[in-house]
Amino acid sequence: MSVLVYTENWDGKFKKTSFELVSYATKLAEMLNTTATVLSIGQVDKAELENLGKHGAKKVINATNEHLNILDNQAYTNAIAEVAKQEGAEVIMLSNNNTGKAIAPRLSVKLKAGIGSGVNRLPVSTNPFTVYKKAYSGNAFATIQIKSEKKIITLAQNSFELIETANTVSIENLTLQIDGSAVKTKVLDVQKQTGKILLTDAEIVVSGGRGMKSPDNWGPLVELAQLLGAATACSRPVSDEGWRPNEEHTGQTGKIIAPNLYIAIGISGATQHLAGISSSKYIVAINTDKDAPIFEAANYGIVGDALKVLPQLIDAVKKSKS
Amino acid sequence: MKILVCISNVPDTTTKVKFIDNKKLDTNNIQWVINPWDELSLTRALELKDNASNGIQSVTIAHVGLAGSEPTIRKALAIGADDAVRINSEPLDAYYVAAQLSEVIKNEPFDMILCGIESSDHNGSTVGGMLAEFLSWPSVSAVSGVEIKDGQIFISRDIDGGKEKLTITTPVVAIVQKGIAKEPRIAAMRGIMMARTKPIKIFEPVSIEPLTELVSYELPKPRASCKFIDPDNANQLIDLLQNEIKVI
Repeated sequence: MSVLVYTENWDGKFKKTSFELVSYATKLAEMLNTTATVLSIGQVDKAELENLGKHGAKKVINATNEHLNILDNQAYTNAIAEVAKQEGAEVIMLSNNNTGKAIAPRLSVKLKAGIGSGVNRLPVSTNPFTVYKKAYSGNAFATIQIKSEKKIITLAQNSFELIETANTVSIENLTLQIDGSAVKTKVLDVQKQTGKILLTDAEIVVSGGRGMKSPDNWGPLVELAQLLGAATACSRPVSDEGWRPNEEHTGQTGKIIAPNLYIAIGISGATQHLAGISSSKYIVAINTDKDAPIFEAANYGIVGDALKVLPQLIDAVKKSKS
Repeated sequence: MKILVCISNVPDTTTKVKFIDNKKLDTNNIQWVINPWDELSLTRALELKDNASNGIQSVTIAHVGLAGSEPTIRKALAIGADDAVRINSEPLDAYYVAAQLSEVIKNEPFDMILCGIESSDHNGSTVGGMLAEFLSWPSVSAVSGVEIKDGQIFISRDIDGGKEKLTITTPVVAIVQKGIAKEPRIAAMRGIMMARTKPIKIFEPVSIEPLTELVSYELPKPRASCKFIDPDNANQLIDLLQNEIKVI
């Protein structure tokens, strides 16, 4: 019995989201009187694998197979299921990111393991096994009991405090057997987003809405984001108008994010927008309309014109840094 | 080529939900709609069918729900789907829904199934992938584009940190997100008239145990009230972020 975590790597490196998963798994393993094992697939060097131990993992299975160089949902599901059986895993954990969402449901059927998806805190209890998760797009929370013997948890990004331990980890190499002819996905082209902080990884997000008035006004918003080391985002009307790229759309049908700080500039805060940002730890709103719903969600607010407030914020950040 | 679009019946996304005994959604005054991602899937399926060179014979709707969700199915037919199947059961959990869908689908010659990446009520992001596994079909998730060329399917998907273009064998389940279609298609009067006579086949559910069970719902706690800062003193905000809550 153990808690098995699958984490992907990005060009051989793990991200904070990987360490959050390991930290969660370690805490959960304590609740279950067992230990956390991590499955890593692909080329990752030893020093980086050892970093997983610093967050509590007792064992890392370093698996490789050339057919897993691309994400084929079936091949990955089979590989993870195989390791889960080998390890006698009671709980299998994945990130609630694109990869996790692609694999976890397949794994659920394959292992007949109920899923608690997008959870952001430890289970309410482990016997019965109940988890707390978002429902109705953030307008409610649900406590769900997972009744199956095996369980799957997908962890919301930026939602779990990292733990640090002086633990040493054992690393086991594993060559997976995969029938190449069963791989149905053929990747033709990859475009990696480079040099920019990913919206879903970002701890600070600066986001603009229609109150920015024109796509030509985005310069100061981007400057503020750069000064804060933040990612940029936008509301739906802004991406629909083509003022900003689709990937920046934050809200119910766009990206769902949970940064430490979300700065909403010229965004009124429709329910659908709030659904994408309500898990942010702190929200700052700048809007001309004092009755805008965004202020009900915000911790700090400025009633004012975005284009007049932005230069002041930029100056203030520059001064605070000098 | 035959396309199936799975739809979920959800409260309008602007609904302020309430619960009875913390357990059951209070359905008074709720406007039911097609789950927004499923609506985009349907739109893309119909766009593909509009282009005759894609050779799409039909777009079918599948839904697990009781008779009360028929208006939502009719709406999908009014938007342009050809026919529908409804599995006559409460959607007990994602595993149950996917299992019911797979029972009906395994006997039908669909080439592509489109599912929205999540439903706006349970936010599970699970039914599409589960369905694919039940059927032993390949699946692609986070799909933001589907094209057909000479009977072959080309898909764009988001990965964590970029985008990929890929091709995949049929039959396939594509689990779609924003970007798949620009705006959801709306029903025209003619479509609404035609939808009345389009066939909805009803299947009784098979016996399957759900893997999860709802214990209770609760509403989010209200945030502490907003602290307002004078717009002429915006620099004060930076000071608060730095020294009061220490997030920058």
